[in-house]
Amino acid sequence: MADRTQVPTPAIRQPGILWLLLGWLRSPGVLSATPVLVFFVIGFVGPLVIVLGFSFTPPRTFDLGGTFTTENYKHIFTESYYISFIWSFALAGLTVACNLLIGYPIAYGLSKLFGRWAAPVMLVLVIPLFVSENVRLFGWYIFLIKGGGILAGGLKTAFGIDTGTLLFQPGTVLMAMIYVYLPFTLFPMVLGLSMVPRDQVEASRDLGASRFQIFREVELPIAMPGILIGALLTFVLAVGAISEAKLLGGQNTPVIALDIQHEFTFAQNWPLGSAISVLTIVVTGILVVLVMRRLDLDRLLGRR
Amino acid sequence: MADAVPILRMVNLTKQFGRLVAVNDVTLDITEGEFFTIVGPSGSGKTTLLRMLGGLEKPTAGDIYLRDERVNGVPANRRPTCMVFQSLALFNHKTVGQNIEFSLKMRGESRRARRERGLSLMKLVQLPEDYYDRSVTKCSGGERQRVALARALASDPDILFFDEPLSAIDYRLRKLLEVELKDLHRTTGKTFVYITHSLEEAMVMSDRIGIMQEGRLIQIGSPNEIYLQPRNKFVSEFMGEVNTLAVQAGANGGIDCPDFDRSFTSPARPEGFAAGYLVIRPESMRFLSDPSEAENHIAGSLFNEYALGSRVQYHVSAGDMMFVVEKLREQAYQGALNDDVLIGWDAKDSVLVTD
Repeated sequence: MADRTQVPTPAIRQPGILWLLLGWLRSPGVLSATPVLVFFVIGFVGPLVIVLGFSFTPPRTFDLGGTFTTENYKHIFTESYYISFIWSFALAGLTVACNLLIGYPIAYGLSKLFGRWAAPVMLVLVIPLFVSENVRLFGWYIFLIKGGGILAGGLKTAFGIDTGTLLFQPGTVLMAMIYVYLPFTLFPMVLGLSMVPRDQVEASRDLGASRFQIFREVELPIAMPGILIGALLTFVLAVGAISEAKLLGGQNTPVIALDIQHEFTFAQNWPLGSAISVLTIVVTGILVVLVMRRLDLDRLLGRR
Repeated sequence: MADAVPILRMVNLTKQFGRLVAVNDVTLDITEGEFFTIVGPSGSGKTTLLRMLGGLEKPTAGDIYLRDERVNGVPANRRPTCMVFQSLALFNHKTVGQNIEFSLKMRGESRRARRERGLSLMKLVQLPEDYYDRSVTKCSGGERQRVALARALASDPDILFFDEPLSAIDYRLRKLLEVELKDLHRTTGKTFVYITHSLEEAMVMSDRIGIMQEGRLIQIGSPNEIYLQPRNKFVSEFMGEVNTLAVQAGANGGIDCPDFDRSFTSPARPEGFAAGYLVIRPESMRFLSDPSEAENHIAGSLFNEYALGSRVQYHVSAGDMMFVVEKLREQAYQGALNDDVLIGWDAKDSVLVTD
């Protein structure tokens, strides 16, 4: 044994950093991710950088070459834009909360109870997505409009009840947002609930758990990643929602997306619009990061 | 034990799924403190039977009595019984301690009381104390078994049900856990109802065994009774490798074997026996140097031999049949393959069974 320690270890030539990088670039994972990466850079990172740049240029300029200024942000904080922020985040938060409450029973049914009826029910829920959101919202518009609207008109003709206009109220906007974004909450939730193993539910029942205790101790924790993803997706989309407020809310629901659109079009103030956008992205981003830290994507995708 | 009150009674218990009769008219009493094992091949209805006993499935017909109280419609969470599942069904999002204490938490016991009981249970099933805060996903197969066992014991149930919990475990660990389970049955004094497809496993652990075939309980008895007096061909072959000869009742109390065109001396004949099978265990077969050494003999040639550790198994071909002979290693047959050999048995070592 003693003489073995005398044998010198053969020198292994260390490959240069360039070779390592080249090898990495040629790996199948990186190669197959390249198309996505290219689109991501062109379609997402690029515009984002431009918007970020514009948000620091003086008001009403149309090129990025101008001087650096934080005037736009100061303007947002001194004027009453916070009202729009509150509207957007409150509507989005309420949409998420309502969708979670409405979605859970449906998701539970789809993943546990409906059996072979799950596919038709799923189809019914998916079909509306084939129709443009604006068309669907105009449908609601016609349904709710005063006098000639299907609901108001129908109620008046049949029962003599005058509902007045149902449009242009925050409640109507909220209802429309719940309607439009339900699938985005629901489908990840179904995925999450379908990860709850039947035997664990049975075991908890056998160990004395009541229906509610099973929900709290077993179903909810296991389905949580799916529920969180659904909530997150819905929230992010709802914060940026504009059509619902515009069509059904009139002037009564000044959401942040309307402000941004106003600055970019009517007011011709790109830098201010950009600054509002950046601020919205930052606030939403912080919320997303907070939630994502609690998520285990690998588990949700069934890798573990 | 003989006149003890049965803790669990099944009366004409039947379960149908659509047109499939999973459990067919099972009547059985289980005595308090007993280790009862239900054995059957997959699809024999044993899991369905156990799920009905545990309250996870409702019987289609018949009754279940728990200490003379009819419990047919009582759901699982209201029965003083607990099940160890085949998959173990551990809560992977919880720690070892949280798993074990689940039933106590459901009852609303205090954190301190739960922890105390949890740790004492971990000691009972030989889990190290520092596993308490470990995730169950970090535990090995054997450790997970112990967690499942401790979890089932936590609520101090009257009866513990086991749904093949050892089937996914490798042979050596399984042997170890079988012994531990039997010891745990002794130390806790609880009633264990265990199901398995392995009669070998049942033999090691059980006080009594029930054999299930196609939804029916076809034989109930102690391991010895089942081993020595299998009721039919299914039971005898379920025991492992046996030699089975098709026979008919012959003249003078003997039995005729058409395959070999001769008569054998018969063991005790079941009443009204006309035709059936003569079953001879491999270890009851002997190599003979002269036909007079045993009551019955058959000539054949040695086809192959297999070392089983403490024993050696031989396959001897005779006629269209392959006979299995087993010897202790010290008494191994001295000879070569293709030797012409004479094998034989005494009538008392054979059993007559019907189909």
